[in-house]
Amino acid sequence: MSTTFVGMPAFPDAARAATGNAQLRHNLRKATHTIRDKRAAVVDELDDWARLRAAGAAIKDRVLRHLDVYLERLEASVTAAGGTVHWAADAAEANRIVTDLVRATGHDEVVKVKSMATQEIGLNEALGEAGITAYETDLAELIVQLGDDTPSHILVPAIHRNRSEIREIFRTRMAEWGVPAPEGLTDDPRALAEAARVHLREKFLSTKVAISGANFAVADTGTLVVLESEGNGRMCLTLPDTLISVVGIEKVVPTWSDLEVFLQLLPRSSTGERMNPYTSTWTGVTPGDGPREFHLVLLDNGRSATLADTVGRQALRCIRCSACLNICPVYERAGGHAYGSVYPGPIGAILTPQLRGVTSELDASLPYASSLCGACYEVCPVAIDIPEVLVHLRERVVEGKGHRAEKAAMAAAGWVFGDDRRLALAQRAAGAARGLVPRHLPGPGAAWTDTRDIPDIPPESFRDWWRKRHTKEGEQ
Amino acid sequence: MRIALFITCVNDTLFPRTGRAVLRLLERLGHEVEFPQAQTCCGQMHYNTGYRRDAQKLAVRFVETFADYDAVLVPSGSCAGMVRDNYPRLGEPGSRLRREVERVAPKVLDLSELLVDVLGVTDVGAYFPHRVTYHPTCHGLRLLRLGDRPERLLRAVRGLELVELDGATECCGFGGTFAVKNAAVSAAMGSDKARHAADTGAEVLCAVDNSCLMHIGGTLSRQRTGVRVLHLAEILASTEEEPAL
Amino acid sequence: MTGSRERVLARVRAALADVPREEAPEDAPVPRGYAREHGLGDPVALLADRLVDYRAVVHRVRPAGLARTVGAALQRRGPGPFVVPPGLPEAWLQRAGVEVVHDDGLGVAELDAAAGVVTGCAVAIAETGTIVLDAGADQGRRAITLVPDYHLCVVPAERIVASVPQALPHLDPLRPLTWISGPSATSDIELDRVEGVHGPRTLEVVIVEDAG
Repeated sequence: MSTTFVGMPAFPDAARAATGNAQLRHNLRKATHTIRDKRAAVVDELDDWARLRAAGAAIKDRVLRHLDVYLERLEASVTAAGGTVHWAADAAEANRIVTDLVRATGHDEVVKVKSMATQEIGLNEALGEAGITAYETDLAELIVQLGDDTPSHILVPAIHRNRSEIREIFRTRMAEWGVPAPEGLTDDPRALAEAARVHLREKFLSTKVAISGANFAVADTGTLVVLESEGNGRMCLTLPDTLISVVGIEKVVPTWSDLEVFLQLLPRSSTGERMNPYTSTWTGVTPGDGPREFHLVLLDNGRSATLADTVGRQALRCIRCSACLNICPVYERAGGHAYGSVYPGPIGAILTPQLRGVTSELDASLPYASSLCGACYEVCPVAIDIPEVLVHLRERVVEGKGHRAEKAAMAAAGWVFGDDRRLALAQRAAGAARGLVPRHLPGPGAAWTDTRDIPDIPPESFRDWWRKRHTKEGEQ
Repeated sequence: MRIALFITCVNDTLFPRTGRAVLRLLERLGHEVEFPQAQTCCGQMHYNTGYRRDAQKLAVRFVETFADYDAVLVPSGSCAGMVRDNYPRLGEPGSRLRREVERVAPKVLDLSELLVDVLGVTDVGAYFPHRVTYHPTCHGLRLLRLGDRPERLLRAVRGLELVELDGATECCGFGGTFAVKNAAVSAAMGSDKARHAADTGAEVLCAVDNSCLMHIGGTLSRQRTGVRVLHLAEILASTEEEPAL
Repeated sequence: MTGSRERVLARVRAALADVPREEAPEDAPVPRGYAREHGLGDPVALLADRLVDYRAVVHRVRPAGLARTVGAALQRRGPGPFVVPPGLPEAWLQRAGVEVVHDDGLGVAELDAAAGVVTGCAVAIAETGTIVLDAGADQGRRAITLVPDYHLCVVPAERIVASVPQALPHLDPLRPLTWISGPSATSDIELDRVEGVHGPRTLEVVIVEDAG
């Protein structure tokens, strides 16, 4: 069973360890640069990208401002189409609902389509405790599951693994879960994909219960939408008798025609393709085609609390494309695991502290896991101003426990800057001490001087120079 | 036209030569610049670290100090970005601070904007016979949207050879308190930026923000690359008689 | 269960205290200034180009040449059996010369043993190289285009639209839809795209253009 994120160190510590791992940094750099270039090429192809982005943001805002209305609309549509809707206030309740639904089928194995929501609630672990085995069927999720690992990327959970590591995981672990890896498996991605195909095929053809998430849920028609590449999604959504979809309450879009925006925004932002290989849409159940039973579990788990924050609310627009991860220089060097959550990268840094609060040391460190360079905002297909929310959440951290020494330093700086004469005095004091500053500073200053030289402090500040110059001019 | 200089606390304290270069340059172009003594700091560090109320006080001070000028020159991309992009968030719509900000913020300009857009010059008569690479800082690039203004100014400098920086649009890793709160990641980013700078073969890396340059320059210096850092103002102020290097 | 429904809805309503009571959902503005299509040229040529880009095999034929092209394609894949949906036009298979099985609820084992599947489509989208199946009579239920490893899809030119916004009005959301853009693929290993995972590893598309 895959491990969880509980007990992770705060971001700076985990990130420091990651920056020392040359293999990880190489894997991440290669992967993120590949995908960001692909994204840029297909986004540049559309001359109306900025307008699509504005529409995407506005549609999501419309939903969020009236979420109660749209959720009830969705519930009515899904029910009318033959589905059953369940509501889960938190992770424990969602896990309980799904576990009970699986038990009711009499089966103890399920196939899963990659889903962020079920990872967020730790569904596989909960099912495992109930004696139900969940098989991840997305290739990257399979790699994570077989490797007893945790995901490190929203789209490509095993992005931290390179081909030879994946070969090793398949070779040593596949047999335990089903069809073993073939003899002489190479690290050619084609061979690895083929091994996954063979390993999972028997599961697809025989398992009677599937669990998915959804990218979108259309309120007015009750249609659920899953975008994918490999066909594992289609297998899970089509062949089993029972389908259970766990969907965050923010995934609603108002109307069928609103998909015209998101089906253009998401694939180009996510995999950098004009369109992903497969998109499945279904509405309730269709006699003679696909599952006979469909359950939709609507998940809150911190989303309504996020909704209550008028600045932080925009994080719920997220369509999980992962463009912000791929462009982020911090993610590229720290890796996904450092974020201690299924939502890594810039979006994770604003989503996790809102879903979980900022009470733990890890969660309180996430809003600071950014240089505020703004690249994430620029690529976000639904225009989430991630730097704005990061700063807003930093305020929340400061208002809470905060950091005592930092508070004192900030208060002192605020006092000095509160008056230009105080600032001038402080500058003269610094200028007088200029010869005394060592090349390697002790204490917190070492964080700077470990890797960087400090500039020479000039003998005279600009304002003193100016004053002298103008006094002279006045005398002349 | 009344032009005020907001020097910024970092330049004032650590890089006064940038301020002197700004004055030399603008005076050479025939413009007088005023320096309101009451100015201190824009509050960016406080704001970005989560100390909103401290930032608010400094914003009030800023808009009071600079209320009466036609243009406020800020030779720091991130401080100019702070005023233009973040000050409006510090006051509720309709509040006095918000109204003052709406009046003052549009007049806040980076040096390249003042030169190219307001004064209408790209050739400022500078001489700097060196190989230079330009790092567009994040706030200059994404908040102020300076575009190619700084490069146009640099290309017009006599003797200057401008060479392209690989991965130019990527953050250098400074990020204010990020540089110490997440020192390992910051250093890794700075190290990559320094490597790209050294790979260009340039003698000088130029930017519009001394905070970023302090980080990149500190890294370049520690790694003994021989590449120097200079603020755009210093290159543009450079002449045969008063060379920047 | 009812308790949680009310609890979640109550929390959501409480979270939205800032939204004016009189504001209706449709009052929240959505700027629709994006393009209905991107003017990238002849949709048939564009669709073919995009599909080839995804490494699908593409043919462009006149109606008179359709049966011959379908037949040749199937014969290249071997003797069959090839699954076809119940409503597939007989004329398409006139020169098939392979074993054909009409789907009447075949089991997964039979589908797994099939050499391939032949279908039509509901809509095709040129800009994105997408074929949409809506379980119509010439397409059949979803499983038949999923389990076999080879999918031959006939796309009449009149079903091609330029863009995603133009496609949606032609599609009934109450039907199960499958949007297919090339053969199955993965980029999960070093973000290197590999064609062929669980869905059909070969997608062959025959675009039928009228003589006009």
